Parts: sequence; structure tokens; C-alpha cells
Amino acid sequence: MIPPRFDYHVPSSVGEAITMLTELGSDAKLLAGGHSLLPMMKLRFAEPAHLIDINRIPELRGIREDGADIVIGAMTVENDLIASPILQAKAPLLCEAALLIADPQVRNRGTIGGDIAHGDPGNDHPALAMALDASFLLQGPNGQRSVKADDFFVGTYMTLLEENEIMVEIRLPALAAGTGYAYEKLKRKTGDWATAGCAVVMQKTGDKITHVRIGLTNVGPTALRAEAAEQVLLNQPFGAETVKAASEAAMAICDPAEDLRGDIEYKTAMAGEMFKRAINKAWSRCQ
Amino acid sequence: MTKKLITVTVNGKKEEKAVEPRTLLVHFLREELNLTGAHISCETSHCGACTVDIDGQSVKSCTHLAVQCDGSEVLTVEGLADKGVLHAVQEGFYKEHGLQCGFCTPGMLMRAYRFLQENPNPSEDEIRHGMSGNLCRCTGYQNIIKSIQYAAKKLQESVAA
Repeated sequence: MIPPRFDYHVPSSVGEAITMLTELGSDAKLLAGGHSLLPMMKLRFAEPAHLIDINRIPELRGIREDGADIVIGAMTVENDLIASPILQAKAPLLCEAALLIADPQVRNRGTIGGDIAHGDPGNDHPALAMALDASFLLQGPNGQRSVKADDFFVGTYMTLLEENEIMVEIRLPALAAGTGYAYEKLKRKTGDWATAGCAVVMQKTGDKITHVRIGLTNVGPTALRAEAAEQVLLNQPFGAETVKAASEAAMAICDPAEDLRGDIEYKTAMAGEMFKRAINKAWSRCQ
Repeated sequence: MTKKLITVTVNGKKEEKAVEPRTLLVHFLREELNLTGAHISCETSHCGACTVDIDGQSVKSCTHLAVQCDGSEVLTVEGLADKGVLHAVQEGFYKEHGLQCGFCTPGMLMRAYRFLQENPNPSEDEIRHGMSGNLCRCTGYQNIIKSIQYAAKKLQESVAA
């Protein structure tokens, strides 16, 4: 399978890329790692007349600390997330979760920004970004703006990213010491998308959860923030009954599409199971 | 659609070619350079039969544009042996029967070659995870693991020697 014909552009700065996007309009697509876009082009699900390859823009890569925040360049690849000492120390959820994404070769190419901006509910970073309370810095011809992960995803393959904007960086608060975290993902094989996945970040005091954020992967048209489930867990004595009640609240917001991974009932049940496993693991890691 | 002139070093040899932007690296290698080691199989970056090394990283060449390799160094299975002497991973697959039909083998070898540089002394579990982007439909993987263990040992010995 060979993609349809297109013209290829290689900007060397974000500004240059935005100028190209603005001039070429809706006929242009950004090429990040290419492991979603190129297969879609082979299948003619996407037929951009222009590809703007943003792999040669050094400012879009790298992981740094900025005060209490961690800032990740949108073109940082999964294997760089896994190997990052900053993330291992301050947001290890991302290192653990990235190991569950695709396979070693694909992780050399697939980027965190591409995973998010593609808007595929099967991608893992959207739910992780929700659990981590991340925000996305978007840059267009009129400057930069920041959008919360909670608000960014509008529908399947639809996000708030405008046609002439580029996702520049992902910003998240470093996890406080003692924060519990987990990402549980059910998949049929390495390289598959989640049948269901659940990302959790939590803090506790005594036997109660005092902070919790939960994101669900691939059980709706977008990643889902499980707010009602968070409310069930917050400030209640932690135990199997509370977790079960919260998992029911999480399953209630699931709206998965039936496919070869399973029917709606199965996927919803698996979302509940991944939810329970993630909550219990995160709790066990809380200090 | 304008062709682009690219310069790529493949197996140590500098190649300058005009390519259509849509040409995938695997097609460029096979059809422009007649290097048919990298195989085309799933074409969706799942199976790993097209794995090559680009600038010291394993990449699936079916999901990478040739034009993106401008200025890069690419190593394919044709470049593994040194003057007719098999590389340790090739010797391992030969000695430990790490192949049956051989279709996945070029990708397995190229991934194993890079993996053993990332992790020179891997456990069996680490090998399984490190090779998880390569599928084989014949061997059941057991002999592939043994082949890579053989190569790891041999490479370690050559470092120690």
C-alpha cells in the first residue's frame, strides 16, 4: 500500500510551520511520528495534498522542569518519555504507560503530541493527560493559547486544535511525593489499542482519598474523565465497596463502539475491571 | 507532485536519488536500491518484517517516508555481515534454528542487532519485550529467544576478549 500523492514540506521552526499551515489551509496535514497518519493515508482515510513534516524542529522535542511543572515538547517520542529521568522521578505514570503503547520500534517514532492531537479515542495519552491534569500549549498565527486536557477532546478525531495551529508542548504538574498512580490497559496483543484502559492519579490521608483524577481510554468517542466516579471515592473510607460503587459510576459514562475487541457490554465491563485494578494499584502506591 | 532529491547513506554507501515524497522507505530500499532484505508484510507497522536501523534506532520502514531519511544513515540486513563473516545475531539464528520460513528473519535480525546494543545482557523477559514489535508465524519464538541469547553471549565474549 502506497499513500496518495502529496507535496512534502520540511519547516525548521514552529513559526515556519505555522506559515505553511496558514498558506496551505485545509489541504495540509502535519506529519509527526506518522504511525497513525501514514496508515490512514495508505487506506485513503486521509488524502492531504500537502504534508508538513515537523520532525526537524528541535524546539518541539525534550522534557524540562518549569517550577512545579513538567513541560514535554509535543514531538517527544514515547521511548524518550520512558527513558526520561525527570519523568521517572516526577511523573512515573507516563513512563509506565508509554511502555504499554505500541512496540519498541513504533515508540521510536510515535510522539506524545501526535498521540493527543490525532483525537483517536483509542490512543492512551488523552486519558493519561486528564488524570495528570495536563494542559496543551497550542500555537497559531495569532500566538499561543493553553487548553486543559479535560476540554480538548470534542469527538472522535475532533479536538480544539485549529487547522492552522500546532501543539507545541504538554504541561503537567509534577506529582507530589507519595502520590499514587496507575494505568491499567487491557489489550489483545502488543501493538493493539486498548479494549479498555484506566489512568488514575490519587493522594490519600489516613484511610481516605483526598485527591483523585481518573481518565478512561477507548470506551467512548473521546477519552473520558470519570468525574462522578471520582466523587464517589473522594473523602470516603477506602474499601472494596467504595471502589465497586465508583466503578459502577465509571461504567455508567462508558459509550464504547462495538468492534473486533468486543461488544458494548464486554467493553463496559472491562472498563470497570481496569478501573478497579487501577484504583487499587494507585491506592497501594499512595503514601 | 515534485520529486525531492535525497542523500542517504545505506549500509555505508552514500546514495543520492530523486524520490517521490510518497515513496515509503521500504519501497525505496527494495525498488531503488535493490536491497530486498527488508520485507513488506502487514504494511501497518505491526509485524516488524520491514525493520531497519535509521541513525541508530530500530524503525519500521513501511511506515516511514524515504524523503524523511535525507541525511540519515540506514542499515539493512544486507549490511549486517562483515566481509562475509556473519554478525553474531545472524550466527545465533543459524546455530539455534531461529527461523523456519525466513520471512520475518530480516526484521528479527535488525531488531535483535539494535536491541543487543540497547541491552547487551538481557533476561529472557527483556528479550521478549524488546522483540515484541516483530511477529513470527512459524517458530513460536522459543528458538528466536535462544538465538538472541546466543548472540548476546557471543557479543559479550568478544567485548571481554
